[in-house]
Amino acid sequence: MPAEIYLNVAVSGLLTGLVYGLMALGLSVIFGVVRVVNFAHGEMTTIAMYIAITLFSALRLDPLVMMVPIAAVLFAFGYALQAGIINPFINRPEHSQFILLVAIAIIIVNLLLIVFGPDARSVQTSYAYDSFQIGALIVDATKVYAGVATILVAAALFAFFRFTLIGKAIRACADNYTGALVVGLDVKRLYALTFGLGAACVGAAGAMLVLLVDVTPALGPAYTLLGFIIVITGGLGSMPGALIGGLLIGLTEAMAGLFFAPSAKSMFSFGLLVLVLLFRPQGILGRRVA
Amino acid sequence: MMARLIEGVPRRALVLLALLLAGLIVAPWLANDYLITTLILILYFAYTGQAWNVMMGFAGQLSLGHAIYVGLGGYASAALFVHFGIAPWLGLIAAVAVAVACGAIIGFLAFRFRVGGVYFAILTIAFAEFARIGFDHLSWVGASSGFFLPVANYSRSDLWNLRGSPTMFYYVILALTVGAFVLCHALLKSRMGHYWQAIREDEVAARSLGINTFRYKMYAVVISAGMTSVAGVFFAFYYNNLFPEQVFSIGRSIELILSPVIGGIGTLFGPIVGAFLLTGLSEAMQNLLSQLGIDVPGAKQVFYGLCLLAVVLAVPEGVWPWLKRGVGLKGEST
Repeated sequence: MPAEIYLNVAVSGLLTGLVYGLMALGLSVIFGVVRVVNFAHGEMTTIAMYIAITLFSALRLDPLVMMVPIAAVLFAFGYALQAGIINPFINRPEHSQFILLVAIAIIIVNLLLIVFGPDARSVQTSYAYDSFQIGALIVDATKVYAGVATILVAAALFAFFRFTLIGKAIRACADNYTGALVVGLDVKRLYALTFGLGAACVGAAGAMLVLLVDVTPALGPAYTLLGFIIVITGGLGSMPGALIGGLLIGLTEAMAGLFFAPSAKSMFSFGLLVLVLLFRPQGILGRRVA
Repeated sequence: MMARLIEGVPRRALVLLALLLAGLIVAPWLANDYLITTLILILYFAYTGQAWNVMMGFAGQLSLGHAIYVGLGGYASAALFVHFGIAPWLGLIAAVAVAVACGAIIGFLAFRFRVGGVYFAILTIAFAEFARIGFDHLSWVGASSGFFLPVANYSRSDLWNLRGSPTMFYYVILALTVGAFVLCHALLKSRMGHYWQAIREDEVAARSLGINTFRYKMYAVVISAGMTSVAGVFFAFYYNNLFPEQVFSIGRSIELILSPVIGGIGTLFGPIVGAFLLTGLSEAMQNLLSQLGIDVPGAKQVFYGLCLLAVVLAVPEGVWPWLKRGVGLKGEST
């Protein structure tokens, strides 16, 4: 194999990994603040993907353009979910929260199955076969657009948490729940907002993912696991960690697909997950939580 | 032994229990094939739920990857049967050994490296997924195209080789379920059972009282894994086929925990009540749908999800503890 292939596959894997990273960023934000592990994360991603596909096939709306409205829809979904169902569970035992979200996940997967059927669907944009060439390096235009959009969305989220008053309030809730209550923050509303923001990440990522993969309802649980692998590798609760984890997993899977069977690629991600859990459970950038 | 088992159980509960058991024993004479198949499914979930409950309900260790033990048990016994002609009751020993070894590895890594809570649950999923993809590429047992057992001749039941009619399988799973119930009852009442519950309620407190939490958590994982793998053997010989995508999938692991969660985590009757409720209701619903001429894949799972949601929201501790108060039984954790 010529050497360019490795480079091309690596770059393509990194760009895909970036989009996965954005999805995982949502998971990490939710866990970091609300302390609830969103077992329905991949399922929410597939909701976003199906919205994007429906908009494209019915109205010819480009998923990259529709990214913002889809993110807004998912924000509303996430906000309602947290405010309506999850908030009463924040002080319940962990397994109780898991089971709640697992129930939501099961319902989402199978409703999508009933509505859209089990067949894989995809989007054919006019630029699907375009590519950029830099020397020997050939990259899909779609992946470059998606990568750039991911960086923009992530940057916006970082800026929100760092510079806005609400962002600071949310970080205060994450740092000290009781302290946040004492200074009079409306923690439940901030939690709902955070869950909404996490869901919005998922919305944006989902809109981009339809350009990269075919969607089936069964993708939901697979993406939930992928999200876990990424955030645990990067550090559960750490925002830059999620993106770095995404890049790492994207690269690992691309390389494993090249050197071994593509069907075995996620085995390497799981292997990586097990190693990280054992030797650095807080992840690459995470802080150990008691 | 018998006297100790029923010690402290109210008479009303014993009568109910005896009636239930008698009903289940005579069921094959009264019920048609369809009903027997449904009962097998119910008892299968009651059994696996009971096995999972040892780990989560008694010792408080949440496993979301229990399908790995079903799969390993099924594959081990089926491979020995197909490749070497070893009867499933002997294969069972290998199946349990493999699952126990796997449980011990997962438990050792997790508890030694202090992987707890969320991380432990995800670790169990990771192992199950690892096994799924691994078996997808293991051509000795058919890889992703599935592993098949020679299909049984229904004219004659061969209990030793587990080849035969649904009625035979029904009694096998009934015996397993009763056995698991008795075992769990004994475990819960034993010294170890009390240690487990102490760990479940507060691990730090348990350790400070001198309980070797590592050892007892290991026992819980290993016992649960071994029990679950027996269900795997049953699964393989009852369905005669094994596909990694189905056997090890996260969906299977979730399905397996539904009955104890709905029935009541940590109770002995929870998994049984949960299995009857869930499978009974979902079969009833499917019949209703098919009579209305509606055939939607996924409807059953949506129903599962809604049941689960309703239970977590309305009766978080499960249906059985709530039902028990209704019937007026008092007994502690049974």
